[in-house]
Amino acid sequence: MSAEENCVATICPYCGIGCNLELHLKGDYIYKVTSPFDNPVNHGNLCVKGRFGYDFVYHKHRVTTPLVRRTPQSAGARTQAFDLSEWQPVSWDEALDLVADRLVEIYRRDGPEALAVYVCAKATNEDNYLLQKLYRSLFRTNNVDHCTRLCHAGSVIALQQAIGSSAMSNTAAELIHPDPRRRPDVLIVTGSNTAENHPIIAQMMKAAVEKYAASLIVVDPRRLELVDYAKLWLPLKPGSNVPVFSAIAKVIIEEGLANRAFIEQRTEGFDEFAQSLEKFTPEYVERVSGVKHDLIQQAARLYASAERGAIYWGMGISQLSHGVASALALIHLAFLTGHIGREGTGLNPLRGQNNVQGSSDMGGMPFHYPGYQRVDNPENAARWEQAWHIEAGGLNRQLGLTTTEILSHAHPGGVRALYMMGENPMMSEPNLNLTRQHMQQLEFLVAQDLFINESGAFADVILPAVSFAEKDGTFTNTERRVQRVRQAIVPRGQARPDWQIICDLALRIEARLGRPTSAGWNYAHPSEILAEVARNVPDYAGITYQRIEKLGLQTPVHDSNHPGTPFLFADSFPRGRGKFYPLDFVTAVEQPDYEYPFILTTGRVLEHWHGGSMTRRSQLDNLYPEALLQIHPLDAEMLGIADGAPVCVASRRGEITLRAQITEKSTVGLVFIPFHFAEAAANLITIDALDPQARIPEFKACAVQLCPARDEDLARPDKRLERGRY
Amino acid sequence: MNDEITLTIDGQAVSVPAGATILQAARSVNIPIPTICFHEATSPLGVCRACVVEVQGWRTLVASCVTPAAAGMVVNTHSERVTRSRRTILEMLASTVDLSEAPEIQLLLQEYAADLQRFPGAERRAIPLLDDNPMYIRDYTRCILCWRCVQVCANDAQYVFALNFSGRGFDTSIATFYDRPMPATTCVFCGQCVGVCPTGALKTKREWLLEKGLLPEEKPAGA
Repeated sequence: MSAEENCVATICPYCGIGCNLELHLKGDYIYKVTSPFDNPVNHGNLCVKGRFGYDFVYHKHRVTTPLVRRTPQSAGARTQAFDLSEWQPVSWDEALDLVADRLVEIYRRDGPEALAVYVCAKATNEDNYLLQKLYRSLFRTNNVDHCTRLCHAGSVIALQQAIGSSAMSNTAAELIHPDPRRRPDVLIVTGSNTAENHPIIAQMMKAAVEKYAASLIVVDPRRLELVDYAKLWLPLKPGSNVPVFSAIAKVIIEEGLANRAFIEQRTEGFDEFAQSLEKFTPEYVERVSGVKHDLIQQAARLYASAERGAIYWGMGISQLSHGVASALALIHLAFLTGHIGREGTGLNPLRGQNNVQGSSDMGGMPFHYPGYQRVDNPENAARWEQAWHIEAGGLNRQLGLTTTEILSHAHPGGVRALYMMGENPMMSEPNLNLTRQHMQQLEFLVAQDLFINESGAFADVILPAVSFAEKDGTFTNTERRVQRVRQAIVPRGQARPDWQIICDLALRIEARLGRPTSAGWNYAHPSEILAEVARNVPDYAGITYQRIEKLGLQTPVHDSNHPGTPFLFADSFPRGRGKFYPLDFVTAVEQPDYEYPFILTTGRVLEHWHGGSMTRRSQLDNLYPEALLQIHPLDAEMLGIADGAPVCVASRRGEITLRAQITEKSTVGLVFIPFHFAEAAANLITIDALDPQARIPEFKACAVQLCPARDEDLARPDKRLERGRY
Repeated sequence: MNDEITLTIDGQAVSVPAGATILQAARSVNIPIPTICFHEATSPLGVCRACVVEVQGWRTLVASCVTPAAAGMVVNTHSERVTRSRRTILEMLASTVDLSEAPEIQLLLQEYAADLQRFPGAERRAIPLLDDNPMYIRDYTRCILCWRCVQVCANDAQYVFALNFSGRGFDTSIATFYDRPMPATTCVFCGQCVGVCPTGALKTKREWLLEKGLLPEEKPAGA
């Protein structure tokens, strides 16, 4: 290796698996990514995004100076400006002073409820901790949230209610543990297209099936790749999780397969729950879900009779107007069988973002301080008042607004100023036409980001932040492993690490507010920020940069000698006993009807990420350059749609035109659109119906109509790429 | 507890769990045996024959990476017969494949004093470079058919099965079904194959462009 060549170990910025990367550099130029084969997280395996998707870092659209909108924007009349010519480059001092001035002005005029912030599930723990600290300590507001609300909020609330904690209980690599007594023999994978969205975990699932004879049960409306490896596939109608999993629970109980000892020793509320299952008769369940009783029976017997059964789930469970109930229905199965609290079992929500676990741990939510300490609990508030040098009673003890609510409250008298760190609600919120109206109502909008995305385009000020490759920090992956992110290249232009921007801004705000004490913004290095977290969040107490230099540690890490916790709930649940909740079945809000006869479900594809800010600006886009509507052959034939033909898809809220991809991955009556493509944004069509407790939108089910369209209606009629992958 | 067996390697007694290969046994006591196709993350195959050893009483040399150690075996890892065999394998490889970017094999060529001119007039692999996707190039003039890429694409890692052997004998090559371009195959572009290739036959396109003095279109801002 020549002097110029370097290799930096860091963590992938894409999904929650947290694959370990080795970035190979020549000077400032990353030219290759490898991964150490002995790494326990991903064993040297990567997906296309981790292997090749880093080049967005070098894209010419990177914002490299602070920008102020040339044409002043006003509430009710905001427009988007994507072109640099509409922005004035300014110095950091100017930009941060402007932001501080405006935020303090609005705070003084309208109070804490007028301010809100989106923290970032892609930024580091250190970045997120500081931004929620700023808004809580300086602006005394709990209007702190982010995309976690749109993701596993249903799962998180359910787990907190039933168990008292909300993280994946086990470690992914248990799937392929060489010791058969430590790996699952039965897997339920539901609401997760694991092969595309958590590829390395799907690899392990395939290996578990192929090499270790694990039995796989897939419960999903689509015929996903994992179905090829499944012993059972329950193709349920979107939004019918509660009847299906309740029916499975009923069979487990009726056939005497329940783990009586576990129920008696570790749970409460069983009797009322068992009674509530009466209504889930085979006929009823088949009618509302489409799943035949014999499949329910087989699934129940397989999972209940397992030595170690593990449940993995994704958005198909959570992103519903009854997402909490869906997740509870799953949790009940683990309670009934005792497949929790042991290695090779577990309740495993697969977290999406690279650091959504961390951003949640760091208190990036309206109901919780860091460490999931409720804001409306006076003891918690007092503790953080001390940590942040705030006068007694200073912190807001009221629950704040959630992500979608922050926008729906963006009108005079509600939220007036929004600060977005690495979020793109104009692609990720449901019902984008309505989202646009909300965004336009804001009085002041700041975007701290890498690019001018569809949301930042509305902003008054853009603050250039750095990518994962240009800063130090930590990410916490889906299995609670806190891992080191390392700087490999210098920041582009004048872009700064997020944590530095936040500290600089905080000092300016404090000066204007004239607070008697500072909440503390002087950190020489991100490790000091994590040290502050460790002092105040018991689960992170024993984590230091030194301890995670080679290998991450899985929370809870109780003290500096504690080795971390590969699997949870061995002896008890955080709330004591696990609680059963009687459930009713409620359908998805919008059912197909004569006018809108198809069900639309949305999600991701392997090559892209969410709103596309990163992947549309990467060579990844060359592999999947346009949105594709996945439609079953029979439906396509019925409508006269050929493969690749343009189709207009419309709901009561909006419409888009995109090419059809005829595939058996869809099932009859169901279509799928990925939400990455701004020119055919799936969320223009989706419905903003929220789960009442979790406030998560129902991305997974709404009603649409399809009709053939013309080539000219496509954003890029010339773009077509033949891909052979399923 | 696993059954333990004992064998002799280069005069040294070695105890290993039953099922271990001769290669694993040798490595457990730091006796070096060269390998080319062997990789810690793929199933051993025995296609390169660099790891051959002499087992007393056995007619042929055996590939130590796939041969299970047996109790009472007497193994010689560097006999004259073994050394000559390894040298010939290396000379044959060098006569036909471009090994200029295979540093581990280069070291072996030196260690075994391989005569690079031993097979004058040998036919060189002459396969046009395949540049059919945005992520990586395939330069099969460098390919030694170690099969690692096929394995990681198959059931050693990805379960995608986009690559396999094509043709027979000297004309064997790694290819896709019907030589279709990579995007049109089941390839998911995980790059696992690039990650295990020992000779630079599979290379990221960015690295390839960098070597040619070309950078992809997007230059770093401010550069």
